[in-house]
Amino acid sequence: MSEEITLMKGNEAVAHAAIRYGTDGYFGYPITPQSEVLETLMNEAPWKTTGMIVLQAESEVAAINMVYGGASCGKASMTSSSSPGMSLKQEGISYLAGSELPCLLVNVMRGGPGLGTIQPSQSDYFQTVKGGGHGDYKLITLAPNSVQEMADFVELGFELAFKYRNPAIILSDGVIGQMMEKVKLPEFRPRRTEEEIREQCPWATLGKPASRKPNIITSLELDAEKMEKNNLRFQAKYREIEKNEVRFEETNCKDADYLLVAFGSTARICLKTIELAREEGIKVGLLRPITLWPFPSEILSQYADKVKGMLTVEMNAGQMVEDVRLAVNGKVKVEFYGRLGGIVPTPDKVLEALKEKVIQS
Amino acid sequence: MSNESIISPENLVYAKPELMNDNDMHYCPGCSHGVVHKLIAEVIKEMDIQEITIGIAPVGCAVFAYNYIDIDWQEAAHGRAPALATAAKRLLPDKMVFTYQGDGDLSAIGTAETIHAANRGENIAIIFINNGIYGMTGGQMAPTTLPMMKTATSPEGRNTATMGNPLKILDLLSLLDGVCLTTRQSVHTAGAVRRTKRMIRKAFENSMANKGTSIVEIVSTCSSGWKMTPVEANNWMAENMFTFYPMGDIKNV
Repeated sequence: MSEEITLMKGNEAVAHAAIRYGTDGYFGYPITPQSEVLETLMNEAPWKTTGMIVLQAESEVAAINMVYGGASCGKASMTSSSSPGMSLKQEGISYLAGSELPCLLVNVMRGGPGLGTIQPSQSDYFQTVKGGGHGDYKLITLAPNSVQEMADFVELGFELAFKYRNPAIILSDGVIGQMMEKVKLPEFRPRRTEEEIREQCPWATLGKPASRKPNIITSLELDAEKMEKNNLRFQAKYREIEKNEVRFEETNCKDADYLLVAFGSTARICLKTIELAREEGIKVGLLRPITLWPFPSEILSQYADKVKGMLTVEMNAGQMVEDVRLAVNGKVKVEFYGRLGGIVPTPDKVLEALKEKVIQS
Repeated sequence: MSNESIISPENLVYAKPELMNDNDMHYCPGCSHGVVHKLIAEVIKEMDIQEITIGIAPVGCAVFAYNYIDIDWQEAAHGRAPALATAAKRLLPDKMVFTYQGDGDLSAIGTAETIHAANRGENIAIIFINNGIYGMTGGQMAPTTLPMMKTATSPEGRNTATMGNPLKILDLLSLLDGVCLTTRQSVHTAGAVRRTKRMIRKAFENSMANKGTSIVEIVSTCSSGWKMTPVEANNWMAENMFTFYPMGDIKNV
């Protein structure tokens, strides 16, 4: 069955991949355009097969705190939501980061601010990679550009989260969540036993045997000297993640005179822009950050020495472009093109913007 | 007979619970938290469930509960303890999971988490300290503050016309089908301490027997927040708090 290829939505792929990964607990709350994650899980009823717990919480606040409770036990715990719901979860996300707990979050972004729109957007980039909750923390941020990556990043997200004891997030959008594509789902893995968790997560609150001291999961430290040490430990971990876990994809970059930089569904649109441009003899490449944090700054800096200009394309008012500019550090012109409010840019308009803002000016 | 000759094992009538460690307590003199902590430590030991107990600490004066009882603890965000407990108990159904929460935590900022965990009948025990005030932050008005009671944020006394009425959340919780035990106790006399201990044990047994949600409210003193001596606080509690928050079981099935 491992070669089975199925047609499904990105949101459904997340649900199926979560069951197959051996996730212990999913805690969610309905919100468009991600409700299919919770619906699919309820339909699949994994508590009858793998033993995975699926619970519809009373709010996103409760759901993220259930993730906090589950993650504290060393259990593979996850939640999903869309932008307004993710705002509610920020409190819990900050606690998860501050308590150094592994978990998987999924944001299927819609337009804002406020209730905004249910149409797709990428306007939670800042919230996600700059720290939407309080305090100095970072989320390992994976940006899928296909239904296949929605499925694959469940395992990758959990693996990175447990490796570094840090929350990981799949930052998707309404396009990827709702569109149907072929997907090869991962193979079933058994959920970890309590013995395996005790071995792999010696910090987990599973009940205190006589042989060890109590395990205490907390983000609280009132002694400023100790709290600074905690913060420095987090920062050292973040530098380690930045060193080891940068992921990106290059398309037609080697001979490119101009570089498009885009993530998620916008990167898919830019693939078509590259074709259109090359038909006109303009050598355009695409650099797609797969991890938005850690950000692929180094490779962008290298391309800044080679290309004549860059255009960052996003479904927001210009957020990732700030990180591209920081990476490039003035070595080459970096312009921005974006659509707002739930409007998806088209490949020809991206090409127009590239010509107007980068090539001709 | 000298004092030294009396100190011998056969004469021992009382000792610090084995699960209470030697950390200095940060609670004020006369505060009820210390007594309730002791009872929890005793009950866990007597039930021999130390290795399967997970405690969820609140935000408030008991935020450091994890410093005093030698079990595994999770420290929740303000009001969210029932959500953490929900996940812990669902993912580890053989464990005994309890929350320890104050009245601000449980009946203000955490009202939704409390009501819905109880309504789902989560198999958890909730130890609820109700002293009618926010102690940790310096004595502000709580949902449970009595009418005309003076606090840092109701300096003229709680005006129910503008500040609302005291919330009897235990009565609300008693209406929910998922709840198997709601009881209101205190720890200001030896008899009250013994009754409270019995109800904490009952709540923990309910969690282990998967009977639903148990809530043990302990009407408590906050001598610092109330600006009284410990003795005055106990008397004031009995005269004023008990009228509004009467002792006894509301639901015990």
